[in-house]
Amino acid sequence: MAAKGNFFATRLGMIVVGAVVGILAPVLEKLGNPGNMGICVACFDRDIAGGVGLHRAALVQYLRPEIIGFTLGAMVAAYLFKEFQPRAGSAPVVRFFLGVFAMIGALVFLGCPWRTLFRLAGGDGNAIFGLLGLVAGVYIGTLFFKAGYNLGRTQVTYSSVGWLLPLTMLGFLILMFIFPQIPDQGQSGILFYSVKGPGAQHAPLFISLAVGLGVGFICQRSRFCTMGAFRDLILFRQIHLFSGIVALLVAAFITNLILGQFKPGFENQPVAHTMELWNFAGMLLAGLAFALAGGCPGRQIFLAGEGDGDAAVFVLGMIVGAGFAHNFQLASSPKGVGEYGIAATIIGLLVCLGIGFTMQQKA
Amino acid sequence: MSETVDARGLSCPQPVLLALAAMKKLDKGELTVLVDTDTSKENVLRAAASQGWQEAGVEEKAGSYQIRLSKG
Repeated sequence: MAAKGNFFATRLGMIVVGAVVGILAPVLEKLGNPGNMGICVACFDRDIAGGVGLHRAALVQYLRPEIIGFTLGAMVAAYLFKEFQPRAGSAPVVRFFLGVFAMIGALVFLGCPWRTLFRLAGGDGNAIFGLLGLVAGVYIGTLFFKAGYNLGRTQVTYSSVGWLLPLTMLGFLILMFIFPQIPDQGQSGILFYSVKGPGAQHAPLFISLAVGLGVGFICQRSRFCTMGAFRDLILFRQIHLFSGIVALLVAAFITNLILGQFKPGFENQPVAHTMELWNFAGMLLAGLAFALAGGCPGRQIFLAGEGDGDAAVFVLGMIVGAGFAHNFQLASSPKGVGEYGIAATIIGLLVCLGIGFTMQQKA
Repeated sequence: MSETVDARGLSCPQPVLLALAAMKKLDKGELTVLVDTDTSKENVLRAAASQGWQEAGVEEKAGSYQIRLSKG
């Protein structure tokens, strides 16, 4: 058996994890999170960038406790099961840029792979183009893997290296207690809080944090990864991870039906636009960047929680990328793509192709 | 014939790619794969099972796993 002692690493475990996440996210929407955005790792990293003022898009500023919980929950799981393993040194700067462009692509589409599934489960037809883009991006990534693309080996390092991102997240949480949200105020001390828009829509802090911790815990145990789901299916014809995202999609769809949140259509979907080509191209870029970096944005956070310093650099790249995305008007809005979003998507694709072509080890 | 694949320090999906390539090359016999995370260990064992290779023992030493596989 491949998974002695770890139920979550079995096929059934993976399906259970997908289903649990699929149920929890729509419930978070019911409790206040934005539409079809019960959990969106890209959007929430972007909100965190706004919360600490790295961008000043007033509608998307909030230190999302889900992300803090993801990191810390994964770390607790890794320590409990003796899997905390500080490691780093596999081309960190490349991972930083992959994180930046993954975020830019995700914000052109308006969602990470997780939200792509939640948008589909909520009836948002525009997400079909995002999903197609994601699969196409991951497919291009698998071609690079077959050609020998490799960012090199990590090295074992000090425990404190693995602690840096979790401690940063813990610091964000402490800041939320020192500078709590004040109703109708856009700022509390040094933190920014959206008064309206998606950033103002959130479930109660402790519920978000608890869900984040729980999801972080089970996803570290199961190695749940939305990018890997497609990658392994394409590369190895293996459905292990894929079964998790199918379970997520089905569970989220049923939960949305029960909660009255399933609204099929293309127009006026929450935090979404209808430009098919750029929904596709945004996720094409994001999918390729995630594939080259070896994990979806959620998985990168869980890896960072178990001590992977390179994954932590990717996460920081995503947060910084969100800053650029809003400062440079690259991010889309319900009206459509941002002024320079198309240019940034093309540049991002060129950068990712350059990384894929030039970082190959010949056998 | 026995061969060793050293996939320590490599992240997904490299360990599985290297292990599968070695399995394909050997066709049968014995193969040792070195990995250093539980995730890679699970992934390699899962991939091996899908190719009809048997687990002939996993040893943990100095923070890495030595996975021995065989196919008759």
